[in-house]
Amino acid sequence: MTEKIRQFVEFKLGEEEYGVDILQVKTIERMMPVTRVPKAPSFVEGVINLRGEIVPVIDLKKRFDLPPSQITDNTRIIIVSLEDITVGMIVDSATEVIQLPQEAIEPAPNITGGIDSSFLDGVGKLDGKLLILLNLSKVLKPQEVTQLSQL
Amino acid sequence: MNNQYLDIFLEESKEHIQNLNSNLLELESNPGREIIDEIFRSAHTLKGMSGTMGFTRISEITHEMESLLQDIKNEKVYVSPEIIDTLLKSVDFLEELINDIAENGQEKDRDIEVILEKLKNKPRNLTTLIELHKDNEKSAANKKFNEFEERLIKEAAGKGLLIWEIIIRLDKNCLLKSARAFLVFKTLETLGEIIKTIPVVQDIEDEKFDDEFVIYLISTHQQQKLKVALDSISEINEIVINEVEQNYLEMARENCEESRGNINRIHDDQDIKPANHLKKTSKTLRVDIERLDNLMNLVSELIIIKTRLDDMDEKTDGQKRREAVEYLERITSSLHDAVMKVRMVPIENVFNRFPRVVRDLARELSKNIDLIIEGAETELDRTVIDEIGDPLIHLIRNSADHGIEAPEERLSKGKPATGTIKLKAYHDGNNVVIEVSDDGKGIDLKKVTKTAIDRGLIDREQAKNLKESEIISFLFEPGFSTKDSVTDISGRGVGLDVVKTKIESLGGGIETTTLPDQGTTFSIRLPLTLAIIQALMVQVGEEKYAIPLSAIKETVIVPSKDIKKVQKNEVTLLRGNVIPILRLCEILDIHSNNNSEEDLTVVIVKKGERDIGLVVDGMIGQQEIVIKSLGNFLKNIQFIAGATILGDGKVALILDVNTMF
Repeated sequence: MTEKIRQFVEFKLGEEEYGVDILQVKTIERMMPVTRVPKAPSFVEGVINLRGEIVPVIDLKKRFDLPPSQITDNTRIIIVSLEDITVGMIVDSATEVIQLPQEAIEPAPNITGGIDSSFLDGVGKLDGKLLILLNLSKVLKPQEVTQLSQL
Repeated sequence: MNNQYLDIFLEESKEHIQNLNSNLLELESNPGREIIDEIFRSAHTLKGMSGTMGFTRISEITHEMESLLQDIKNEKVYVSPEIIDTLLKSVDFLEELINDIAENGQEKDRDIEVILEKLKNKPRNLTTLIELHKDNEKSAANKKFNEFEERLIKEAAGKGLLIWEIIIRLDKNCLLKSARAFLVFKTLETLGEIIKTIPVVQDIEDEKFDDEFVIYLISTHQQQKLKVALDSISEINEIVINEVEQNYLEMARENCEESRGNINRIHDDQDIKPANHLKKTSKTLRVDIERLDNLMNLVSELIIIKTRLDDMDEKTDGQKRREAVEYLERITSSLHDAVMKVRMVPIENVFNRFPRVVRDLARELSKNIDLIIEGAETELDRTVIDEIGDPLIHLIRNSADHGIEAPEERLSKGKPATGTIKLKAYHDGNNVVIEVSDDGKGIDLKKVTKTAIDRGLIDREQAKNLKESEIISFLFEPGFSTKDSVTDISGRGVGLDVVKTKIESLGGGIETTTLPDQGTTFSIRLPLTLAIIQALMVQVGEEKYAIPLSAIKETVIVPSKDIKKVQKNEVTLLRGNVIPILRLCEILDIHSNNNSEEDLTVVIVKKGERDIGLVVDGMIGQQEIVIKSLGNFLKNIQFIAGATILGDGKVALILDVNTMF
């Protein structure tokens, strides 16, 4: 039996390192002009023009109630897609792709790096480094988005 | 597995149904041999197609239609309105059956005997037919040919045609068995008519057979010719062609029983799960191949220009670079046009069904009505085409019922007894105009005014000063009807308001002109396409928004002292009308420091008869924009209908004016 290896795109929010399953990542883009969408949930930064397609962009830090930071040369938009929605996530930097065997992934403790554990898939351990793995379907949960927009 | 044959079948059979409908009408007004042949061909093709697909009800009905047509052709039966009615009813029934297939992927268990009886119309044959039918149901499971197919074979033999049993054994290593089978079908279809296959086409298509399948073909060609044709297909191991003679039928039946048994056994061995027939067919579009070629050409030019730009030296080739960019611009705009053209469908597709509608209406109302169609080749976006049919039917019903008078009345007015309804489509700038006009009695404006007063929409005083257009607009109010009695066709007061709503939802408008005893014309104005609209770009704070031009009535400058407060809401007076004022910067949460300005720029937008004014910081100008969706993640965002990409690559949002009322 071969071990199941999963691959993650590693990115940073503040000092913490996070991972998102590479199968859900479409592309990684540099920061580009974002058009604000009024009446959208507060963590929605706006929409961008991704080669002719309109893609909503969310600010992951606002989503997780983390302190904001400056946009730098390292700021990236990770375009992810989940079922029928495509969304860009603004992150402080996207560093590398790492491989984690399934057994190196542990369930997340209740609060990890100040983030509600329901957003998380688990925590990956690699060479003493901790990688917080996102559960995108929770992060992007459309019901919540619609609810918020109606407030 | 994608059911490609089913899609093709549906697409083609719908065309044949359409042909049948229009040709039958033609036959009624203008009987002739050619038109009968035309109808015959459509029915025949439909029979053949449904037979191969295993849709026995359709093939039985079409078969009976053929017999009746044959009698008409041989002048045994004369073309009477009753005969046409019967044939049209059968076509309706066929259409229902085909719709069933479109929904469920299979025929529904509808009772076809009534229709068959009608088509037969010969009492002595009636009993045999029902017997045949029952027999068919009972024994179909364990017979090689059912009665229907047997009848086909007998008839074919009677005409001196040859019936072949062709057993195809595919190569053991053949990978795409269904594709091979498809080639075999294609080849044989050019040589004759396939009446049956074992297993049925559906199973062959799903590769639910081992290596062998059997086809029964009616053909004029000899064995050798078939063999040669089939030999050209590769990966076939063995071809056995036997002649099925009529008096040999019994034997053939046994033979087939055997081979069928074999196939059944093979099926058992493989333990195949039942296929899921319950699937919806996809929305398809038939596109002229020339348009696709054009598209291909443009794309290849794009690739060429890309290479040209790649090869350029960034610093030195300034002039060449500009040329290349200009060229690129030309290509992209042509490309855009070409893609839009692919979505365009001639309005013929909608108009085609109206001759039938008008004929039925005329018969029902005992009026004589001619339908004239002009500009059927005018093209519209597919989405508009899909939506415009029902509103037009409403208008036509309206013209036939309210507009056109009874023949006696017309004669007494000195008009020809036959009324005319005219459907006309033409391009006008970026719009398509569709006119439905009649030469009937026109709208009785006094009666409309009276009804409006009775219904309390206006009082008598107001009624005196009404303009013609204002009176007509009452007709589009929900529940408004001047007809004293309600008929099946119109007069229930539902209709015109629905028509108006539908057309407005398509971004269009409707105008009415009427003259007493000369007729009424409804003109529908629609945008060419829904994907591209004219919009006014406005500036609010630092942000740019697009307001669809179709929603804008006018733009005005209002001094801020003319803005009054009524119960916390701002309003202004414009030519005596009170118009609510909304500040876009407030409802869109935009930080704007223009609040203190003397004069406000106000865009007056309309929804139906109501107007509101939107305060903006400035107007940028009119622009053609491509509407794009915000996607599923941000759907249902208040006030926003979509987004568009501006010339500089940035995104601007399109305001949904309707939600602001």
